[in-house]
Order: sequence, then C-alpha cells, then structure tokens
Amino acid sequence: MIATHLPVLQVAVPLIAAPVCVLLRRGDYAWVFTTVVCWGLLAIAALLLDQVMSGGTISYRLGGWAPPIGIEYRLDGVNAFVLLIIAGTAALMMPYARQSVEQEVRPERRHLFYAIFLLALTGLLGITATGDAFNIYVFLEISSLASYVLIAQGRRRRALTASYQYLIVGTIGASLILIGIGFLYAKTGTLNIADLAVRVPALGETPAVLAAFAFITVGVLIKLALFPFHVWLPNAYAYAPSMVSAFLAATATKVGAYMLLRFVFTVFGVHFAFETLPLTEILLALSLIAVLAGSLVAVFQSDLKRLLAFSSVGQIGYLGVGIGLASVTGVTGALVHVFNHALMKGGLFLAAGTIAYRLGATDLSALHGLGRRMPFTMAAVVIGGLGLVGVPITSGFVSKWYLVQAAFEEGLWPVALFVLAGSLIALAYVGRVVEAAYFRPAPPDAEPVGEAPWAMQLSTWALIGGSVYFGLHTDLTVVIAERAATVLLAGAP
Amino acid sequence: MTSSIPPAFVFLVAAALVLLLPGGSRRLLVPAVPLLGGINLWFVWQGGGALEVPLLDTRLTLLRADSLSLLFGLLFHIAAFLGAVFAFHVRDRLQQAGMLLYAGSALGAVFAGDLITLVIFWEGATLGSVLLILARREPRAVRAAMRYLVFQLVSGLLLLGGAIVVIGDTGSAAFGHIGIDSLGGVLIFVAFGIKCGFPLVHTWLTDAYPESTPTGMVFLSAFTTKLAVYALARGYAGTEVLIPIGTAMTAFPIFYAVIENDLRRVLAYSMINQIGFMVVGIGIGTSLALNGAVSHAFNDVIFKGLLLMSMGAVLHQTGKINGSELGGLYKSMPQTTGLCIVGAASISAFPLFSGFVSKSMVMSAAAAEGYWIVWILLLFASAGVFHHAGIKIPYFAFFAHDSGIRTREPPLNMRIAMAMAAILCIVIGCYPAWLYSLLPWEVGYVPYTGSHVLVQVQLLFFSALAFAFLNLVGLYPPELRSANIDSDWLYRRLLPGAARRIEGAVAALSAFIREQSTRGLDRLFYAIAQQNRPGGVMARTWPTGAAALWILVLLGACLVIYYV
Repeated sequence: MIATHLPVLQVAVPLIAAPVCVLLRRGDYAWVFTTVVCWGLLAIAALLLDQVMSGGTISYRLGGWAPPIGIEYRLDGVNAFVLLIIAGTAALMMPYARQSVEQEVRPERRHLFYAIFLLALTGLLGITATGDAFNIYVFLEISSLASYVLIAQGRRRRALTASYQYLIVGTIGASLILIGIGFLYAKTGTLNIADLAVRVPALGETPAVLAAFAFITVGVLIKLALFPFHVWLPNAYAYAPSMVSAFLAATATKVGAYMLLRFVFTVFGVHFAFETLPLTEILLALSLIAVLAGSLVAVFQSDLKRLLAFSSVGQIGYLGVGIGLASVTGVTGALVHVFNHALMKGGLFLAAGTIAYRLGATDLSALHGLGRRMPFTMAAVVIGGLGLVGVPITSGFVSKWYLVQAAFEEGLWPVALFVLAGSLIALAYVGRVVEAAYFRPAPPDAEPVGEAPWAMQLSTWALIGGSVYFGLHTDLTVVIAERAATVLLAGAP
Repeated sequence: MTSSIPPAFVFLVAAALVLLLPGGSRRLLVPAVPLLGGINLWFVWQGGGALEVPLLDTRLTLLRADSLSLLFGLLFHIAAFLGAVFAFHVRDRLQQAGMLLYAGSALGAVFAGDLITLVIFWEGATLGSVLLILARREPRAVRAAMRYLVFQLVSGLLLLGGAIVVIGDTGSAAFGHIGIDSLGGVLIFVAFGIKCGFPLVHTWLTDAYPESTPTGMVFLSAFTTKLAVYALARGYAGTEVLIPIGTAMTAFPIFYAVIENDLRRVLAYSMINQIGFMVVGIGIGTSLALNGAVSHAFNDVIFKGLLLMSMGAVLHQTGKINGSELGGLYKSMPQTTGLCIVGAASISAFPLFSGFVSKSMVMSAAAAEGYWIVWILLLFASAGVFHHAGIKIPYFAFFAHDSGIRTREPPLNMRIAMAMAAILCIVIGCYPAWLYSLLPWEVGYVPYTGSHVLVQVQLLFFSALAFAFLNLVGLYPPELRSANIDSDWLYRRLLPGAARRIEGAVAALSAFIREQSTRGLDRLFYAIAQQNRPGGVMARTWPTGAAALWILVLLGACLVIYYV
C-alpha cells in the first residue's frame, strides 16, 4: 500500500525529519539520520520514476481531497526526472558532508545545519512534486529561506552580505511569481496546474494573462539566475560552505529550470508563449549573452569557487537556449543538461570544497603544484572541467550535442555558433585551473598537504564518475528526457 | 590470425602508462609502442576488421580498415617509430605523453569510420600536439602554443558543427565522400583546410612548429597536416577548388622560405609547399592524381622527417638554428651532413630518391588532365623546393662560411633514426613498386621513363645553376635583413638592385602579417580582459538596490513587449 503514497512521502519525509534533527541535538547523530533520510528519498525518487516510466502520469490527492479543490501531487516524466536529480545529488553528497561540515560549522550549530538542509531539500522536492501553483510558491519560500540561512553559515563575513543579497533578490522573484499566480487565480478561480492548463489558454490574450505571464517568467528567471538576473549567484555560491555551494549549484537552479518549463509549457502553452509572444527571442538573447558573459568572466576569476560560480551562469545559459528553442530536441537538450550539469558542477564544487578543506583557500595561486600534492582531487577537477567544455565521452558533450542539433533544426546558425564558442571559452577557464595545478611548481614554503579524506573523495568521484558514465551510457538520461520533452511540448496533460 | 584492436588504442594505453612509469622503462616504452602497434596493424591488415561501439543513437566505427586508411596507418606507425627513436634520449614525461597521445589520436582519426569518432580523435591530436610545443617551456613557445591552440580548436569546432549538420541532413554519421555542395560539407572542408595549412590559415604552422622542441617538430611535421591530407582525400577527392588552393600552397611559401633565417621555419614553409602538391592531386581527383597525393604524403613524412631530424640534431648539438649563425658544420658532423643531403635529394625529387616517384605522379596527372597553367606553376614550385630545401638547408647549415662552431655528432639514437629514414628514402626511390603496391587506387604508372627523368634532371640542373649564379653575383638573399651576417665571399658584393627591393618588400610583408595576426589576437584578449576581470563591469558585484532596479526595468520591458 505504501507504494501509492510515495509522492507525498517524497516531500513529507524530509519535512518531518527536519525537526527530528533539531531534537537529536548532536551533529554526528544528525548526520547519520540525514544520510539515511537522503538515501531513502533517493529510493523513493527512483521508484517514482520507474512507476511514471512504466505506468504514465501519477496523480496523488493530498488528504484524499479531489483536485482542483484539494492539493494534487502530479508526477509526469519531467518532474519525476528532476526529483531523481535532487534526491540523487543530496544522497551522493552526504558522505562528504560530515567532515566538511565539521570543519566549517560550529559544533553547537551542526544539528541545526542538517535540519535546515533537510528543509531546503523539502522545498526543492516540494516545488517539483506538487501539481498546485500556490503550493509551488509555498515550497519555493521554504527552500529559499532555508538556502539563505545555509549560505550565511559560510566562514567568511562576506557570506552574510551574499546571503542578504540573495534574500532581497530572491524575495522579489518569489513575490513576482506570487503576483503572477494571483492574476491567474483571479481570472480562472483555480490553482491546480492541470486545471490551469485547460483554462488559461481559453482566456486568450487578455491583459491579466499577459501580466501573469510577464510576472511569472521574470520571477522564475531570477530563481534560474539567467543573465542579467544572476547577480545573486556568484557571491552566494562562492561564500557559502562547500557542501551548500555544491548542493545549491547542483539543484537550486535546476528547479528554477523546471519551474520555467512547467509554467511556460504546461500552464501557458507552447503556442501562447512562443508563437503569440516572443519568448523564444527573449530567452535566446538572454541565454546567449549568459553563455558568453558568464564564461568570459569565469576566465578572469582568481578564485576557484567564484570561477565555478560564473561558469554556472554560463551553463545556465545553455538551459535557456534549449528551452527557448521550444522543440523536442531543444527541451531534451535542456533536460539532459539539467541532469549532467548537476553531476558535473556538483562534483566540481565538492572538489573545490576538498581543496578548501586541506588548504583553507581556493585561490588559483594556492593551487600551484596541487596536481601532484592532491592528485585524485585535481583529476576530478580536470574531468569535471572537461565535462563543462563538452569534450566527447563526458556527459557535457551529450547535452551540447542535442542543443547544437536543436539550433540547426530551427536553422538558427548563430545560436549553434554561440554554443560552440561557449565551449571554447570554457576550455580557457578550465585551462587556467589545469595550468595552475599541473604546470606551476608548488611554492617552496608550501606546507605539505595530503589527499582529502576518503569519504569526501567518495562523494566527489561518485558525481564526477557519474558525469562520465552518463556521457557513455545515455540510455537513461536521453530516453527519459526525450519522453519528458515530448510530454511538455504536447501541452495540457 | 586477425585483429580488430584499433591501432590508436595501443598508443593511448601507452600514453596513460607513461604518466605512471618511472624514467628508464618509460624511455624504452616509447619506441616499443610503434613496434607493438605495427604487429597489431599487421593483424588488422590480414583481417580488414571493423570495430563498432554504440554511442547515443548511433554507432561509432572505431576501426575501418581499407586500403587508404591502412596506408596512412602504416605511414603513421613508421613516423612514430622514427620519431620515437630520434627522441629516445628525451626524459621529459610531458613530451613522451604528448608524442604517444598525438600519434595515437592521429591513428584514431585515420581509422575512424564515422564523423563523431573523427571529431574525438581530431581534438585528441590537437591536445597531444600542443603539449609538444609547450614542452619547449619558454615564454615564446607558450605564447605560440596558445595561438596554435586557437587555430586548432576553431578547426575542431568547425568539424564538430559540420558533422552535426551533415548527420542532421543525411541521417548518417559515416565518414565517406562529403563534397562541398552542402553547408555541413563546407564547414568540414574549412576545418580540414585549417589543419592542412590552406593559404591565409597557414600561419599557425610556420608560427608554432619552429617553437617546438627539437624532437617535437619531427612528430608535428608527420601527423597533423598529413591527417588533414588523408581527410581531404577521403571526403573531398575531385573537388576542383582544391586545385587552385593547392597550387597557391606550392608557390607562395617559396618566397618566404628563401628569405627565412630560422632553418626549421624554412622547413615549415617547405611543408606547406609539399602539401600543396598533395592538395592539387586530391583536387584533380583521378586515380593517378590521388595515388600521387597519398604516395607523396607517404614520402614527404619520411624525407621531411629526415630533414627536420637533421636540423633538430643541429639545434640539439649547437643550440642554434639560424642560417646566419651556422655553417661549416660538415667538419664536425659529417654523418649528419650526409644524411641531411639524402633528405634534401629526396625532397628535391632527384631520380632514385623517394620524392621523384611520387611528385612526378601529381604533375603527370595535372598534365594528363590538361591543367597546363597548374603544371607550369608546379614546375616552378619544384624548382623552388630544390632551392630552399634541397640546397639552402644543407648549404647554410653544413657548408657556406665557417661559423667556427665545433661540435660532435648527435647521440647514437638520433643518427640511427636518421639513417633509417634515409634508407627508406633511397629504397622507395629505387624500388617504387613496393610503395605502388600499397596504393589504394589502380596504378599504371612508370616513374622512370626517359622524359620524366630528363625533365627533372634539367629542372634540377638549372635550378642549381641559378643558385650558384645568384650566389656568385651576390644576389642571393641573405637569410634575414636584420641578422648580422658575418660573410666573407658570399655577401661581399651586395649589389643594390630591384631584386633586393622585392625581397625587402616580401620580407616586410611576411613580418607584417605575422606581427598583425599576433598583435591582433593579443589586443583582442586585452580588450576582453578589461571587461571581465575582477572589478570589470561584468564581474563586479552589483549593489543589491541596482539589482532590484534592473529586475523591475526588465519586468517593465517584458510587459511592454507583451502588450505591444
């Protein structure tokens, strides 16, 4: 019987686990408990995805109330896939968390850290699983508030200003989404997404729908951190604790991409967004600037974590390109990139965190000669970096393959060129890291450092190894993403 | 017994091993790899096997053994072996890894049966080759390596883009004849052209190769451009536009090569010239022309390798490579001198040396198809080759004025490698039937006819006469204007004349082009850096208020766009 309740368990388990963590009162107990919960969530996500792939869309009525009055959790190929990404990265990062958190968070706050981490996880999973527009807003606030707290735990004082800026910008974004949902509710009287998907297109181009569309897309783009809404991202990722940087980089913006897909494709419909309104042009323009500007700024960064953060700005541009093209191939590319980038960037931030764990700094100048002193960690950075470039065999190649193909399908030459040029720039910033670590000798007064603890390596390599595995075996990712893209483009469920 | 192990794998596994093994065994491993690879290649030859692996929704053909790929596969094994023996004394891990990665990737690309595999190994060759330039570890070399990398990566990206278009258009990833009728075909053509050193995109070659290590350049000369020749022969045989391109390639480097002082750079220009013959052959597209092109590629790798090895030996022993600083080395390096002259005779296409049996094929094909202007230009280029590669290289390095340098013969391994290359040059020149039997297309060509030999001997004779005459009257260009040439009889009578002014203009133009492309790239990098470095407008942390304001502005903009 429990199988039928999996959708709600996916969200309720971490929500209940969070206060339990507070009650445990000890960091190590909380870690063990959180680890168990995360792996449980991964199992649930995998079962759900399996159910969706074999049995089609799952509709779960919360508390037995029938939609559209009651809240519905509605899982199709798209969000079941995103759930797996979130739960999977969280679970794989848990072995890493213990030592990293022990070093970065004060003892009396550790159990609270895990509690808030679980809340952030609840929020992200909730946004993804729910089939109710207002529910999306509620979970968005849960995840955002939890993220602000997590980022502020960074050891440097700049973490506070970074968190504050994210709070202001993030709140504006969430408010815009709320206003947009409000418009839709006022016009249709429903909050259920499946119901909205039937009623909104019927309204046509009324001012209220247009306003709702503008508010929701801009709000979601802030959460997605698409250029020029990315201002909050570099500092937040650079100054947050290692574990938080990695987790947010792997999941938070991905959920943003999911929200964009869900609102634009399902609620407003492809025809309205891309044919009546010029969303393709807007998204492509912003995304291509993001690809170039984000990657270029990354080239000139002197700190590894900031470099990775700006690289994320560029990589988010690729998601925007895929979504903006609004074709099955394009959306497939975007979804595959959501998955692949979560693995690559998550793994890279973990590796950056292990470097910080050993060296106390992630300046590129501190990395000199590190290729020999921390061979495994640096090897992970190189492989992950090659993935960002999109070298064949890594999964980054697979996503770019689909994006370029999608651009050519639409006859949009320059777009393909920009995507490929972005790879070139990525090579430059990855090259800078490689140069620092392998071709510069360690300073003579450098303290000897050993490899990072094996548990931290395990998490890093699980993600980086995954990015190579899914570069070679694309059955899982591409098949699921393609089906999800077909579902999205077909419009109303 | 047959084998379907892709030849690239032997090299790539060894390249990984190089990263782990200690010094001594590493040195033994490098020359052993081409031998092991050769055994594998023998079995591949017997079986003609194919290896396919699935990727995405297509299948990658990692091994496609047909007569064309096998010929280049054999060539690359020979080149890798000669280069590895020549570099046996090198203990530098970076160079060793680079050599194996580079040769392995080139082999992978040659045996690639589909475009995706080709792209993968194409990029691998870029990576391996850039290591060989970086291994010089001088700031000049690093900068040259970066410029080189830009060209190679653009080539790789064009290839990838073109491959995606072609696959999208045709639904097949197979790498066969492509042609320039479609968009994807043009993209791939340009990608190949960059690696091949087409005019105007050739600067990476003459810029970066002479900056590599003495042993590195031997490797570099063998693979990248010949890989491009192979790819053109596979995908663009009979594409007419290649004929003028190739003819230009044979002719224009002559001028640069004659006035260049750095002898390895002279050979770099000479490479473009020789590739020009191959490109013309591919453009003509008859089976005689194609055979000429691929057999000339085969011979070129060996005799150009030999010449570069001899110059590498000179650089290794004396630390100098400028013609103006060398001279008179035959006294202390007689063996190297002799071997260098064999290479010079081969590149000049002396009868009984290897260049003769292949270059004349291309020219005969041009004549047979009635391309008379092309034929005359090729004839002019052949005379030029003899001038700058056949005479200039050995003359300025080993004879000319005595520079006073006294050194010793290079290490034994270098001499062995040169001797093996020299033997191959002579054997192929004397018994061309062996090479012809390997050629992919039907051959009915006899190199040693009275008229062939006579034309060539006349050409060489008059070319030599011209060199001697120019030298005697003092018109032969000094190696470089600014170089302080300590000449006795050679430059005593420097006659100011029109000839010199033309040379001056060519020299200035050459310097201008090289400088502008270098400066232009450097300036572009600077401008980008201004915007994006920390503190630049793109990288600054914007104030929160400004961020909020921007959001509202963009929201307003969206609303306006939607309502209008």
